[in-house]
Amino acid sequence: MDRIPILKMGPFLLVTIQVDMHDQLAMQLQDDLTSRIVAVRARGVLIDISSLEIVDSFIGRMISNIAGMARVLDAETVVVGMQPAVAITLVELGLSLEGVRTALNVDKGMLLLQRSLEDPEAEQ
Amino acid sequence: MPPSASISVANRALLPIRTQEDIVRVRQATREHAIAHGFSLVDQTKLVTAASELARNTLDYGHGGDVEIARLVDGVRKGLRLIFSDQGPGIEDLDKALTDGYSTGGGLGLGLSGARRLSNEFTIDSAPGKGTRIMIARWR
Repeated sequence: MDRIPILKMGPFLLVTIQVDMHDQLAMQLQDDLTSRIVAVRARGVLIDISSLEIVDSFIGRMISNIAGMARVLDAETVVVGMQPAVAITLVELGLSLEGVRTALNVDKGMLLLQRSLEDPEAEQ
Repeated sequence: MPPSASISVANRALLPIRTQEDIVRVRQATREHAIAHGFSLVDQTKLVTAASELARNTLDYGHGGDVEIARLVDGVRKGLRLIFSDQGPGIEDLDKALTDGYSTGGGLGLGLSGARRLSNEFTIDSAPGKGTRIMIARWR
């Protein structure tokens, strides 16, 4: 079965979603990420969705779930690279991705994660 | 809006919705038709997202079915129409099903209501034991 690769970069995990995921693949990513956070004691997760052409309610829920699970495991999640058309559609669909931090690109997302690691209080 | 005599329907395609991979194929086919019909990127994205929600409903709640994709031309207006049909258990309470946040399946409850917001036209026919038929259309 195919999987979305998860890369480790220092204390962070990096996921780049580059395929049109079917639902099971999205669920698999959720499980894999949670396990990897614990296995490598990751402090942050960066999810790059710049290749995603749509985010429907299922993918939106997966992203929220990952952020929620990561938080419980003491890791921050940042979603980066959302395409403008996807953002417009997401809001009209009724999804707000509450509790999910976002950044425009990978660089800015990394900065955000590093800053929250250095000064956790500032993020509240 | 009732179909007027001036609307022509072309390039009909029927796709099965039996597996999760079929949902991906519905998204891809909807995208192809939308591009071929000259939809903007935002309009493509809205329609493909609506199609994804409804295809998943057809699979999860309707126990599978199919979708007919067709291109509409009404004078200078161009649109895309999708009709999702299943022979599943049907929807007991349509008003509830169309309410944001209502779900009988553990989802977010945004599928139907969200798909309706993302479309210009939306009709739903469903009754317990008689399956469900949902038509959406979006004009560019």
